[in-house]
Amino acid sequence: MFPSDPVENMIGQMQARSGQMDPKQMEALRKSLRIQFGLEGSLWEQYTTFLWKGVLHFNFGPSLMSYPTPAGEIISTYLPYTLFLSLTSTILAWIIGNLIGLQAGFRKDKRSSKVMEGIAICIYPIPYFIIALVIQIVFAFLLGWFPLQSDINTTGSMATLVASLLKASVLPALSLLLVGTGWWIISMKSLSGTTAQEDFVLYARYRGLPENVIGRKYVLRNSILTQITALAMSLGGVFNGAIMTEIIFGYPGVGTLIQKAILQSDYNMILGCITISIIAVATATLIVDIIYPLIDPRIRYS
Amino acid sequence: MKKLWKNLSNPARAGIVITVFFLILGFVVYYFPHVNPFTFDTYASRLGPSSEHWLGTSSMGQDVYWLLIEAIHNSLLIGLIVATIGTVVGVFVGLLAGFSGGTLDRVLSVITDTFVVIPSLPILILMTSLMKGKTTVVLMALVLGMFAWAWPSRQIRSMALSIKERDFIHTAWFSGEGTVQVVLTEILPYALTWSLSNFMNATLNAIASESSLAVLGLSPANLISLGNMIQWARERNAIFTRQWFWIGSPIVATVLLFIGLFLFITGYNDYLSMKRGR
Repeated sequence: MFPSDPVENMIGQMQARSGQMDPKQMEALRKSLRIQFGLEGSLWEQYTTFLWKGVLHFNFGPSLMSYPTPAGEIISTYLPYTLFLSLTSTILAWIIGNLIGLQAGFRKDKRSSKVMEGIAICIYPIPYFIIALVIQIVFAFLLGWFPLQSDINTTGSMATLVASLLKASVLPALSLLLVGTGWWIISMKSLSGTTAQEDFVLYARYRGLPENVIGRKYVLRNSILTQITALAMSLGGVFNGAIMTEIIFGYPGVGTLIQKAILQSDYNMILGCITISIIAVATATLIVDIIYPLIDPRIRYS
Repeated sequence: MKKLWKNLSNPARAGIVITVFFLILGFVVYYFPHVNPFTFDTYASRLGPSSEHWLGTSSMGQDVYWLLIEAIHNSLLIGLIVATIGTVVGVFVGLLAGFSGGTLDRVLSVITDTFVVIPSLPILILMTSLMKGKTTVVLMALVLGMFAWAWPSRQIRSMALSIKERDFIHTAWFSGEGTVQVVLTEILPYALTWSLSNFMNATLNAIASESSLAVLGLSPANLISLGNMIQWARERNAIFTRQWFWIGSPIVATVLLFIGLFLFITGYNDYLSMKRGR
């Protein structure tokens, strides 16, 4: 199944370094390596060991590119950076996008609403990496405000770490923010546009309530329900955007790790990163289902 | 056709114009006689735009204009193949699940829901990295197609469930039409209008996924696609040597194509909902 067998590669390397080896010794080495990499036994046995070790204990075996550090350990040092970048930008995009979308949907006839919607429609369909690339060219290369490749200083004190982290994440966050905001504006605009035509909004107008109170208390509250579900769903998918953006900017997160692992055929590492991202999505979906009754009192689980 | 055009909003018309423009570039202009743009050192390298080379030449002496045309052709082709696979399989599975009911429906629904929920990009990365360097265009389209059918299938299933109970279907049953005929003549027309918007959406997604994989270096190395073209230009430092036409043209083309398709899709959906409203 693999285009290159990592165990054979390793044995080949060892042979090249240490010259001739005893065939019996080599067989024993091959066997112990295969057990360590989880390649021993039939496909079914391999799969159940993977489920037990990988999914339940986050033990993906040793990383092949920086042997013998476990892949899980390396991933856990990179994961906080990705979570920091993608969670902040997703939540920021959600807040900004919903506020703009509410304005655009609730006050459709204003000129600024139409302009904002137009911008959102032009930004949303563009793939992440293109936005990232354009931002990189403009802000890092042409204007030179930020470094071309993110570099985080982990050796210094806390203050230098935070400063370098912030400096490195501005551009990736900006590109994630742009794409994310576009989608929230479009969806919130159509949601609040429908809600604004409901009878209770009309009634609130006849009661003489000020427009901004109607917007905040009647339209926003009713249309935000769907958006909260969508936010939780997109929290699970943060990896998709983060992978591409991180690779373009060289931001030291899981995305860059995946790219490195691909280039060096580190299957344990790729599998580990991907298992974690899939578990994140599944967990986010489950959490939404569980907390939804708290947000929307009309739904109750019995 | 004329009525459709009259009822569309201005953004939707712009979307159609852009989409048709790219289709012409990819499937008409592409067949004009030209030198294979992939070959290195066909022309002098790093030329600026001129009447002979509209978009200049790359560092490897390739004509950027024809490279772009070929990239648009291949990207659209992958998108269309994937969308066709996704729509055909999706409609088939959805109708089957919606109409059969019972155990078959439950099994199909579980499989469909699984494919809807799991994130596609990580799995695509995993699969293509296992086939690294050995992928072909067809294989690539098949792999992308694996994730294109689930969503339409779920939609079509719920559509079939609601249509199944309508009066005209019962009339068709009682007048002695078989299952196949009912599905073909009564249900499919309903499903098709919706499938068109899904088809375009799938095209867009497939092109985006392929170019994302290309940036990771996982797209077939000899395939000239929009994503690969950007990736080659990045690898050869087109940014640092300021060869803006080389790296800029695929970026501008991708952005335009995506906005055009997106406007077309939303405009078409608005048109459909307007038609239902009347």
